[in-house]
Amino acid sequence: MTEPAEDLPAYAVDRASVEALAGARPWPARVTREWALGNSTGRGARVCVVDSGIEADHPAVGRVETAVVVSIEDDEVVVEPDTLGDVCGHGTACAGIIREIAPECELASVRVLGEGFVGSGPVLVEGLRWAIEQGYDVINMSLSTTKRRFVEALHDLTDAAYFQRSIVVASAHNMPIASYPWRFSSVISVASHELDDPLAYYRNPDPPVEFFARGVDVSVAWMGGARMRTTGNSFATPHITGVCALIRAKHPHLTPAEVKTLLGLTAANAEPADG
Amino acid sequence: MADDGRLHDAVAAGALADDATHRALLGSIVQVARAIFHARAASVLLLDEATDELVFEAVVGEGEDTLLGRRFPSGTGIAGWVLGTRQPLVLADVASDPRFSADTAQSTGFVPKGIMAVPLLHGEEALGVLEVLDRPADARFRVEEVDLLGLFGIQAAAALALLRRARTAAAALDGQEGDLAALARIATRLAALGDDRAVADFLGALDRLLARATPE
Repeated sequence: MTEPAEDLPAYAVDRASVEALAGARPWPARVTREWALGNSTGRGARVCVVDSGIEADHPAVGRVETAVVVSIEDDEVVVEPDTLGDVCGHGTACAGIIREIAPECELASVRVLGEGFVGSGPVLVEGLRWAIEQGYDVINMSLSTTKRRFVEALHDLTDAAYFQRSIVVASAHNMPIASYPWRFSSVISVASHELDDPLAYYRNPDPPVEFFARGVDVSVAWMGGARMRTTGNSFATPHITGVCALIRAKHPHLTPAEVKTLLGLTAANAEPADG
Repeated sequence: MADDGRLHDAVAAGALADDATHRALLGSIVQVARAIFHARAASVLLLDEATDELVFEAVVGEGEDTLLGRRFPSGTGIAGWVLGTRQPLVLADVASDPRFSADTAQSTGFVPKGIMAVPLLHGEEALGVLEVLDRPADARFRVEEVDLLGLFGIQAAAALALLRRARTAAAALDGQEGDLAALARIATRLAALGDDRAVADFLGALDRLLARATPE
């Protein structure tokens, strides 16, 4: 079989295109936190929470633009409007934190947990797929699966998100066991620190976990309009999601790799460059 | 005679430690967990897949007289969430959650304020949940405690896996008589005998005899 002839190897650029790369989309050689997210409220950024649903009228959450529930019936994926809200409180907690950081972002909910909390791997995969297909700017995944058989599907999905500019922010597991998708380099992975500052995030020089954010004894929104103090990487993750929403709202053209780089450069443990 | 799997189960049922020994192991795990976290109670719940229920297998502190063997649907409460998502969950004031399964808590005679729960994971399976209830109210939570809870979870999961394996093996023999039951009894007696020279000699001879009788 004959391959079609190509003038250039795929994705390569010619001399004129190299020149056009400069200035096409602003990317400063040196950044400050002010440049990255200063004065941003998240307005214009579309953020999706893949979790247990969101209680829309919670005072700490406010408006939820879209809410769907994903299920699998007779091998068919069903995505339908979610009228239940939150079945646990976990998703509402995440949404409240995102709202705290990025008060004017647009929030959407994809519920991948049933009323009985039994979240199956295939539903998690399909929920993430749906969120990516909608092209959300940032997708919060404070969930993971320990089942190896979903690794390939999740890996393909997070790569697809990465190339189509959706930023997937995923929780590291709270126990020393392998789980996914947080271990993939195409996502931004998050674990907890003990400080009480919602905007203090740290880059981890020793991955696989890439960033630390507030995740211990956090006051979060919970079901029935309540609040609750809770602990876990699940709650550190939406802090980074919120920061990504601030960055994306201010700089909509940035790729996930660029946003991840900015997070590192604006982290509390980033040191100013000399000269 | 029976197929290989049932033979294996018969020997396992005889040789594995009995239910009481595994319960003692689980009991010791919850006691240490309770002591380390200075909690009012700690418990291990096992998932009964046949009925889709969580069963209290070991309880120490509040409820230890009433909870053992108590069951509830696996999709309810904080334990249900932890089992379903396979993630630990630490909540400081569950009473503020209006949908916290108060029914479950009240039926146990003890409504906790704070709860730490960790899934008991064995390979890719979630076998159950370890719960630690009501740490001291003034104790601020630290990241190390989640790590410690996770480590306890791994230990408890290993104990629970042994218990489940022993019960599966015993169930396979349930009501059986004849060769399999005799084999199980022999395995039990051998395990109880420990090092006995005469028995070792006899077993060696039996092994050689069976090897000669087994077609290549």
